[in-house]
Amino acid sequence: MLNHDIVIVGGGPAGMAAAVAAYDNGVKDVVILDRDDDLGGILRQCIHNGFGLHKLGEELTGPEYAAVYKAKVEERGITVYKNTMVLDVSKDRVVTATNRDGIMQIQAKAVVLAMGCRERSRGALNTPGTRPAGVYSAGTAQKLINCEGYMVGKKVVILGSGDIGLIMARRMSLEGAKVEAVCEIMPYSGGLTRNIVQCLEDFDIPLYLSTTVAQIHGQKRLEGVTIAQVDENRNVIEETKRFIECDTLLLSVGLIPENELTVQAGISMDRITSGAMVDENCETDAEGIFACGNVLHVHDLVDYVSDEAERAGKGAANYVKNGSNKTEYIPVKAVGGVRYVMPQHIHAQPGEEVSLFMRVGQPYGKVRLTAKCGDKVMAQAVKLKVAPGEMEKLVIKTDKFADLTGEITVTLEEM
Amino acid sequence: MEKFDILIAGAGVTGGMIARELSRYQLTVCLLDKANDVATGATKANSGIVHGGYDPEPGTLKAQLNASGVELLFEAAKQLNVPHKRNGSMVCAFAQEENHIIDQLYERGLENGIEGLSVITGDQARELEPELSDKVTKALLVTNSGIVCPYELTIAAVGNAMDNGVELKRNFAISDIAKIGEGFVVSAADGRKVQGKYLINCAGSFADDLAAMVGDKFYQIIPRAGEYMLLDKAEGVRVSRTIFQTPGKEGKGILVTPTNHGNLLTGPTATEVEHGESTETTGAQLAYVQRMGAKSVPGVNFRQVITSFTGVRASVAGGDFIIKMSDKVDGFVHVAGIDSPGLTCCVSIAKYVLDILKNAGVQLTEKENWNGTREDMHAFAKMSIEEKNEVIKNNPSYGKIICRCETVTEGEIIAAITKNPVALDIDGVKRRTRSGMGRCQGGFCSSYVMKLIAQHTGTDMTDVTKNGAGSYMLTEKM
Repeated sequence: MLNHDIVIVGGGPAGMAAAVAAYDNGVKDVVILDRDDDLGGILRQCIHNGFGLHKLGEELTGPEYAAVYKAKVEERGITVYKNTMVLDVSKDRVVTATNRDGIMQIQAKAVVLAMGCRERSRGALNTPGTRPAGVYSAGTAQKLINCEGYMVGKKVVILGSGDIGLIMARRMSLEGAKVEAVCEIMPYSGGLTRNIVQCLEDFDIPLYLSTTVAQIHGQKRLEGVTIAQVDENRNVIEETKRFIECDTLLLSVGLIPENELTVQAGISMDRITSGAMVDENCETDAEGIFACGNVLHVHDLVDYVSDEAERAGKGAANYVKNGSNKTEYIPVKAVGGVRYVMPQHIHAQPGEEVSLFMRVGQPYGKVRLTAKCGDKVMAQAVKLKVAPGEMEKLVIKTDKFADLTGEITVTLEEM
Repeated sequence: MEKFDILIAGAGVTGGMIARELSRYQLTVCLLDKANDVATGATKANSGIVHGGYDPEPGTLKAQLNASGVELLFEAAKQLNVPHKRNGSMVCAFAQEENHIIDQLYERGLENGIEGLSVITGDQARELEPELSDKVTKALLVTNSGIVCPYELTIAAVGNAMDNGVELKRNFAISDIAKIGEGFVVSAADGRKVQGKYLINCAGSFADDLAAMVGDKFYQIIPRAGEYMLLDKAEGVRVSRTIFQTPGKEGKGILVTPTNHGNLLTGPTATEVEHGESTETTGAQLAYVQRMGAKSVPGVNFRQVITSFTGVRASVAGGDFIIKMSDKVDGFVHVAGIDSPGLTCCVSIAKYVLDILKNAGVQLTEKENWNGTREDMHAFAKMSIEEKNEVIKNNPSYGKIICRCETVTEGEIIAAITKNPVALDIDGVKRRTRSGMGRCQGGFCSSYVMKLIAQHTGTDMTDVTKNGAGSYMLTEKM
């Protein structure tokens, strides 16, 4: 059994930022375990730009953004186990991992879970039809094209207008493929507005809202898809069915936090985010185990992943240095049009500032977001436009923690 | 032209098991399949149930071979190190009017010589299976039945047969059969030809086409599609036994069963389709599977579906197996209409076919060095940490995880690509190792698997297919 102060599971943007923050907060014995052959996680395949505007003040590509953090990890001499897959994390923080040297077990004082997320598959959609080659999740295609250097198809339909789907519509077009359509089952896109403009409109790719792929055709390789509009219950409207010939279907139909290890460890989960329940330091209900990044909840921007991971890394360092200082928790609840709020509970520690992150359930125009405890307004913000694809934030100021009881609720009012 | 004593057309579970039985003897045997792998027809997409034997009509070949087949199958699965479990089953009635069907099945079971049957009340059934519907009024409890992974059984049987000298020819789509003096010349669409003294027709959905090629088509295959939904392992704990509904107008009904790998499987429907390759799923039938699965086990969370698929049964009119030496063409053995309980009967069918060959004068002299066991392809996963470290020390590829959902190592994938019958495509690796079989359905591992296949078969990444010619994954190197 090896011993380390802090073990970070995953060397993507969350894992790297958490490691750096832990180190900078005074704990030098930090190790990162990553399954891939280099740090960076999914950023390595995101060769488009748009990363870092908020966090680093410049617009970088994914690999560039990853390189910034990789340099920070290296400068600090933080140990990285590459090609290493974590198989188990126990509640008492024994991390079991495997690589070409064998299976190792590490007793950690604190663990940061930063495993990221995976894509929903065709199987999960239950799309009827055949099962030919040529049906890819958008991220898999992105990896094959950007990292392996292989083209996956020539005539493409994309289901789902999440950011990866939109980015891949542009990427496939740039590589000479014809993107016939992007279909979105919801009446609005789940992606960032800038991506709809830059990836679809600039390339004359049609976006069909309230539309889904109703059937997959082709015995060996995909020969086409039947697309159709859906009604308000997302059922296919038969008479709107039409066939589009294509050899490739890319799916960008949602991301699922990769929480197998978290569930295995017996950590309490949030049904809405599919991530762990955490406090403002990203600590789960298993003492000394923290979670951050897309394994905690799916983020829209990597910049916010880094912010969150820094809180987790700092929290883990403080835990290692000072042990648990858990006082009473105040639960935080999303109400009405607010779909979820992170963190799910906070400490009532005066003298600190706590950010609440939230997503709305559907697009709205001008709204007021309010965090309240009883009748007391903790924070409020007016937004001109909100959408499920974009994360919103409220900051609770330091002095307001005194005398709090009950729970904090976050609500949305249309204005 | 290559000459063999025995040719077997079709490398499904029946053909594969016949090949294995024949590999015991001093005979030259060649197994032919039109696909890029074994077990790609009805064998790969069925319920994976070892049926108790209460269901077939007494006096039929099905009843006879099912009664003798159960123990033979479990024995073979054990020798071949294929995942299997005697988990038992229940046939449930959902209304007083259905109760008598349970009694009839019990009586029929006794008549078929099946042991371990009992009739229990709805409450007793729920005591055994707490998630069972409140509506269950009565049930037949079956203890001799179980589950087996059908494609792994076939892969192992063919692999074992090959280790014992049987030859496998893939992508051999039979286009013509010529009867010659002593035997047959069988031609493939690509021009290859093989010669054999005997030809065993295990061609599943295409058995009638082959029978027609020798001029003895006295039956017609009626392809009947069955659609299934496979759910995440999180749902695999809903039931421990296989739960059937009373057979009714709509056939044997929809079952709910745990699989050998811990998932939950529900299905199949029964719809006549055009041909054996009509394996598309339909919205309406999947909705029916969901509705009827929930009828047995209401708590199933269908948001946890990880994939759905269709298998096509190669049924015949009359419903019984057709296993016999051709009356018209000497040396041509029909093994047709092998639908449920065909998987259960695969070993008893193989032994039955051996008797037919023996009666026809085939000399069955045992080999001295026949080895009926095959190594456990999932052995690594079952090891202790110390044992795993020992393996990794000698072969570091066992330390590298490729499929994280199912925890499959590079070493296991390389074994699948290099051991009989070698996997040549992504689906082949998937069926052998479970890489890509989990909840992400290959999203993460498929590019690694493609690389490994290309590396070990000496081909280019762009030549790697999902399941053989035409199912290309990549269009070009950029």
